[in-house]
Amino acid sequence: MATLTRPPEDDAAPAEIEGSAVRRGDRVFRGLALYAGIGVLVVMGAIAVFLVWRSIPSLTSNSVNFFTYQEWFPDDNPPTFGIAALAFGTFMTAIIAMIIAVPIGIGAALFIAYYAPRRLAATMAFIMDVLAAVPSIIFGLWGLQFLMPNMFGLTEWMNDYLGFIPIFENTQGIYTKSIFIASVVLAIMILPTMSAITREVFTQVPQAHREAALALGATRWEMIRVAVFPFSRPGMISGAMLALGRALGETIAVALILSALFTINWHITEPGGNTFAANIALKWNESGPNGLSALVASGLVLFVITMVVNMTARWIIARRAEFSGANS
Amino acid sequence: MGSEGQAPVKLSVQSAVGAAAEGKVEAQRVHEVSAPSRAKRMDLNGVNIYYGKFLAVEGVNLPIEPRAVTAFIGPSGCGKSTVLRTLNRMHEVIPGAYVTGEVLLDGQDIYASNVDPVNVRRTVGMVFQRPNPFPTMSIYDNVIAGLKLEKGRRIRKSETDVVVERSLRGANLWNEVKDRLKAPGAGLSGGQQQRLCIARAIAVEPEVLLMDEPASALDPISTLAIEDLVHELKTEFTIVIVTHNMQQAARVSDTTAFYNLAGIGQPGKLIEYGPTQEIFSSPREKQTEDYISGRFG
Amino acid sequence: MSVTTRPTPPAEVRGVELTGKTLPRLAPLYSGLIAVAAALLLNVLTSVQGVAGTAVVAALLFVAIQSGWSFAVEGKRHAVDRLATTLIYATFVAAFAALVAILTVTVAKGVAALSPDFFTETMRNVSPRREGGGIAHALVGTLEQVLIAAAISVPVGIMTAVYLVEYGAGKRLSKSISFFVDVMTGIPSIIAGLFIYTFWVLTLGFERSGFAASLALTILMIPTVVRATEEMLRIVPNDLREASLALGIPKWKTILKIVIPTALGGIITGVMLAVARVAGETAPLLLTTFLSQNMNWNPFAGPQASLPTFVWDQIASGTNASLDRAWAGALVLILLVMILYLGARIVARFFAPKTS
Repeated sequence: MATLTRPPEDDAAPAEIEGSAVRRGDRVFRGLALYAGIGVLVVMGAIAVFLVWRSIPSLTSNSVNFFTYQEWFPDDNPPTFGIAALAFGTFMTAIIAMIIAVPIGIGAALFIAYYAPRRLAATMAFIMDVLAAVPSIIFGLWGLQFLMPNMFGLTEWMNDYLGFIPIFENTQGIYTKSIFIASVVLAIMILPTMSAITREVFTQVPQAHREAALALGATRWEMIRVAVFPFSRPGMISGAMLALGRALGETIAVALILSALFTINWHITEPGGNTFAANIALKWNESGPNGLSALVASGLVLFVITMVVNMTARWIIARRAEFSGANS
Repeated sequence: MGSEGQAPVKLSVQSAVGAAAEGKVEAQRVHEVSAPSRAKRMDLNGVNIYYGKFLAVEGVNLPIEPRAVTAFIGPSGCGKSTVLRTLNRMHEVIPGAYVTGEVLLDGQDIYASNVDPVNVRRTVGMVFQRPNPFPTMSIYDNVIAGLKLEKGRRIRKSETDVVVERSLRGANLWNEVKDRLKAPGAGLSGGQQQRLCIARAIAVEPEVLLMDEPASALDPISTLAIEDLVHELKTEFTIVIVTHNMQQAARVSDTTAFYNLAGIGQPGKLIEYGPTQEIFSSPREKQTEDYISGRFG
Repeated sequence: MSVTTRPTPPAEVRGVELTGKTLPRLAPLYSGLIAVAAALLLNVLTSVQGVAGTAVVAALLFVAIQSGWSFAVEGKRHAVDRLATTLIYATFVAAFAALVAILTVTVAKGVAALSPDFFTETMRNVSPRREGGGIAHALVGTLEQVLIAAAISVPVGIMTAVYLVEYGAGKRLSKSISFFVDVMTGIPSIIAGLFIYTFWVLTLGFERSGFAASLALTILMIPTVVRATEEMLRIVPNDLREASLALGIPKWKTILKIVIPTALGGIITGVMLAVARVAGETAPLLLTTFLSQNMNWNPFAGPQASLPTFVWDQIASGTNASLDRAWAGALVLILLVMILYLGARIVARFFAPKTS
């Protein structure tokens, strides 16, 4: 260490510590980060502002009730258009999709988390993730070209044997382009989302909880019921909400399958139905200025609905975060 | 900068400045001479340390002698690491944390409003409890990380080579890693990683070196290696070391400062300080004696 | 009562019963065979018809037989457990079958129209009824639009995440940014298109173009990039930040040269996944671009095609030739997404911290 010695004359030099308390580079960089973050807020605000602003002309010109009218003639004189049929179609397709996708998604997630062999589980989880990214146009094409012709049997059977329940009745004898088919396609689309989120919360269940249940002599299903479900319920709910948000806002797959009629028809296996998003895509290029404004107005309603759904989901997650934080 | 205006010379730029001053000695210097340490003294005057509203350490008055090892000892939570972190303004990295009182580096208050904390940290280096080499960098790049990232200065490879060798030799690591300088720093053993961190700290040529329990995560043999190193480094640097291990304090330090808590939720205090031998053989305070003899802590 | 006397133990001391009564290990197989046999029999004898019907009957019979057998031999708890296991396997098979069906059908139908020409030709002067034509113009459009979107959203997203993790901890502004980033994740893609149309086209007066589409995609990409980056920055150990600061490296350089490089693998992975997401978006493009059959290299002016809108257009034409092209385009789109996903995986592995 003798080599470390240094001539003594430098000892007199004072420490070089003066300078600006905050460096310019720091100020600039922090500013960039801050403005990027604020930019995100501004964009969110701008979306709301512009949708409201641009929908005002059509809403003020509308001669019928926007919320209860079913037809869509915004470019007529006087303009008559309403979202009743769109809202019906949107919620109907989303709810049926949820009824199908939630149990299957949870079951598939349970399978991957607790039943499948470890090695296989990772691969299947990856495949599920990839499928979550398959573009919706492909689901639409597949639904239109492959699923629809292969669903005649099921929908016919539903009419024959379950027809006494009004929604399964088919008075037209035509089984294509229906809300039911669109719902099945939507269900398959949101399955990976649903499954991926619930799988994640399942794998977060502390092993100690699960082992405690097993050590009490629980069967595997009892273990899931007493240790896994209570712990992951908020995660499952918020996963379902996020999937619902996706189903409500899905455009292309639905636009390809539905036959776009502006009527409320409870017979879900008959052709018909329309949704907010699909209607925007289908009417976009054939609308005049007032028509575009009317579509923006319907988009605003969709925006508000999905915001509410998403915020509820986030709120459930946030509440859960506090909850688990206090416990660990 | 003091009013003298005499630019202090740092080795990496020294080739230019130093050459003019010292002429032909230069060539030799780069290879033989190295750390241009000026080993400053530090003084703490009435230092109170806060985390938000919570007063963590109260009223510390302590001189830290240059070219000597000062050990901070005391029970867990007594604030010894907190005091250490105020010596290079690392304390304020935690949101809401601040310091009142004076911390002088050769008479200059490092908390004065015209002081750049970045410059303070270049002058007062630090080694942490757990070895933390940068995982994206090789051994070589780890050592020169501080030099390379400072002011974006372009340094010639021949210069960094010198710095790397000097620093690794200084940290007693050269012989173990000289054949694999391009290997990732994270691949070394724990003790080697810690010595790499010491090399990294001395490569920026600080004048004071702070060590926060540098051996607590290491095995006994690595610990001994670090202690030997501390012994050697004190010829060049002012060293402050926090340790849990009283034998270690006794072995490596010249001065010992004992901190203690008045009670739960109370701020920590500096109880006493003095030459290590005195503190260990005849402490003035009862609680120091109790702690040293193992009656608590 | 005598102290020493203890109650006489019962004559037969029962040992702890560990074995219990269980079904044979292959019970599910036996139940399955019986169920299939019974269903086939019903198929012959009764009105149960068709492959699907027989399969459903067989499945129901399997559940009934196994549950009944288990209930009789093992008791209620094990019967319920077996039923649950069966249902969970069934949901997985259903989910997987549906998803595999999408992939296989797309591959099978898409390969038919795929040829080297498909990648090099445009749809210029190709009438919907004719075969031939290609996606060169659409590939160029998608590539440009996605690259522009990435070029805007990656810096904004990363800097936003840097603010959230490195500067804004605990501040109200950072909490609200974080909240709205989450909300933004759930915005339907068509809303992004609507917004850009009202803002860029209606209000600022620009024309519909590839760039307008990029802006819509940017809105969809930013939240994904922010979330991925934020997550990765948060797992960078604080030790490294402190080590760097203690070396006298300014905070911004610490973030730029130490923190972000450490998290780089994860950030790149996140960006690639975000790109994969938006590369297939159709709805916002329909609103912000005009479809085109021709090559247009300029994203700032004129109609520009893209892969998703190409598929949409071909479906809308509805002829056999155009549907073939739609499937082929869909296959290319899926391959693109897959490549990005696999690439993201490889990147993640490549950048994983090296320890030896």
